[in-house]
Amino acid sequence: MTMGPFNAAVTGIGQSEVARPSARSGMQLTVDAALLAIADAGLTVADIDGVVCWPGDTDNGSSFSPVGPLALKSVLGIETNWMSGGYEGPGPLTGIINAAMAIGAGLCRNILVFRTITESSARLVDRNAASLANKTAGRDSSFFWQWYTPFNVRSAINLIAMYAQRHFHEYGTTSEQLGWIPVTLRRNAARNPKAIFRDPITIDDYMGSRIISTPLRLLDCDVHCDASTALVVSRGDVARDLRNQPLRIEAVGSALKQPWSWDQISLTEMVTRDVARMMWSRTDYKPENVHMAQLYDGFSILTLMWLEGLGFCGRGEGGAFVEGGTRIALDGILPLNTNGGQLSGGRTHGLGYMHEACLQLWGRAGDRQIEKHDVAVAAAGGGPLGGSVLIVRD
Amino acid sequence: MSRKLPALTPDNRAFWQGGEQGRLMIHHCGHCDRWFHPPAPVCSRCCSRSVEPRPVSGKASVYSFTVNRQIWDTALPDPYVVAIVELVEQPGLRFVSNVTDCPVDAVHVGMKVAVHFLAQEDVWIPLFRPEAQS
Ligand SMILES: [Zn+2]
Repeated sequence: MTMGPFNAAVTGIGQSEVARPSARSGMQLTVDAALLAIADAGLTVADIDGVVCWPGDTDNGSSFSPVGPLALKSVLGIETNWMSGGYEGPGPLTGIINAAMAIGAGLCRNILVFRTITESSARLVDRNAASLANKTAGRDSSFFWQWYTPFNVRSAINLIAMYAQRHFHEYGTTSEQLGWIPVTLRRNAARNPKAIFRDPITIDDYMGSRIISTPLRLLDCDVHCDASTALVVSRGDVARDLRNQPLRIEAVGSALKQPWSWDQISLTEMVTRDVARMMWSRTDYKPENVHMAQLYDGFSILTLMWLEGLGFCGRGEGGAFVEGGTRIALDGILPLNTNGGQLSGGRTHGLGYMHEACLQLWGRAGDRQIEKHDVAVAAAGGGPLGGSVLIVRD
Repeated sequence: MSRKLPALTPDNRAFWQGGEQGRLMIHHCGHCDRWFHPPAPVCSRCCSRSVEPRPVSGKASVYSFTVNRQIWDTALPDPYVVAIVELVEQPGLRFVSNVTDCPVDAVHVGMKVAVHFLAQEDVWIPLFRPEAQS
């Protein structure tokens, strides 16, 4: 019997230190995470026959993704049947989705999925390392960015702030409601020894934090860090013989039925509606069966839109859903970003959500362990790029 | 301060240089009789190649906006408004620009605005200001 549509399961996880900054190189962090994940699965490097990373080494070792699959396979001496990297996929969970497909297609038995980010170290050298104005040298020839950079859009926050403003306008969502996402996630981070920020914050602290781009504040933004995260995805029959209970990849969402653009898409749904429709159409599970949501919080408003898009609440009801923080708390009906997310835990940028989902599913989340932990959704991305994974412990 | 400028191509040149004649040029599909943006050599709706840039009125409303308060660069204005404007010609016909020539606190969703152009090198960047002032 196969294990879900891809016959693929997560069998091991690993993560380096999450530091701000780390003294370790991007490659050292990556090796730390990879070896932990492989050992956690009860495997050795010799058992790994595939390596995948989103977005891969896209830009001369840039801090956004300094280590790609080709470098890592060489450093670890992995004999690959298949490897893949590259930015143009359904967002930060592309690596997991690609791994599931490669397993399903029979290319590999055990695939190492990883993501490394060293944005804290980069900012020590150049505070504007992440500026969109630096994405292209000279004239902007990007199909995508040329429509924004001439208008002094220097950070994605300017675009996502306009999504928030439109959501506020259409649905009456308020800053006081949105603030419950960072406030609640900080409570979760307090129980995560690896989180970057662990001191409690209140709604008053949130409302008092400085505006970056209206209506978004500093506390709506995730916190950069240096870290690497890795998972092993194994073929169903292999997974059954390993030390951890297999975490079956039940369904994924990777659809994009709108243009690749910040401003030609639905500002209040983004890609979430396409991703969610696809994922739920391929499973008998429903949103109400899900025990936890690990949803992208590069900016808090994105999390709110993922909650709506995935059907955890109605469209436009995200503000009321998160208000007060009880529904999304560790003991709530839908625990959200249980490690503090990227807002407080650190901007591991995507794979951290999968890592936390697996930790919770296996019951290994320590002080922050949630009570019911059989079914998880992880989703990552914003604007026109995103994807989701439904993962189940049978 | 000088802005980041786009690389000009046969596809986007009319948009970025129409301002030289004071015209906002938007691509139009002759087959579906619809406007579309960003400009491309084919209509993404019907696949027709009967597309061309045509002048629009330059009148628009603010679909969404943000007041940037973060100092990314001391040479940038502080604060400044980034907006998504929707042109009056067609629902959903919109793009990112700036709203200028008014207090930032006066900008709101639905605000009527009109185009003006900021010339820099060989590019005329389409910006918007309150219609009453145009
Ligand atoms: Zn057409």
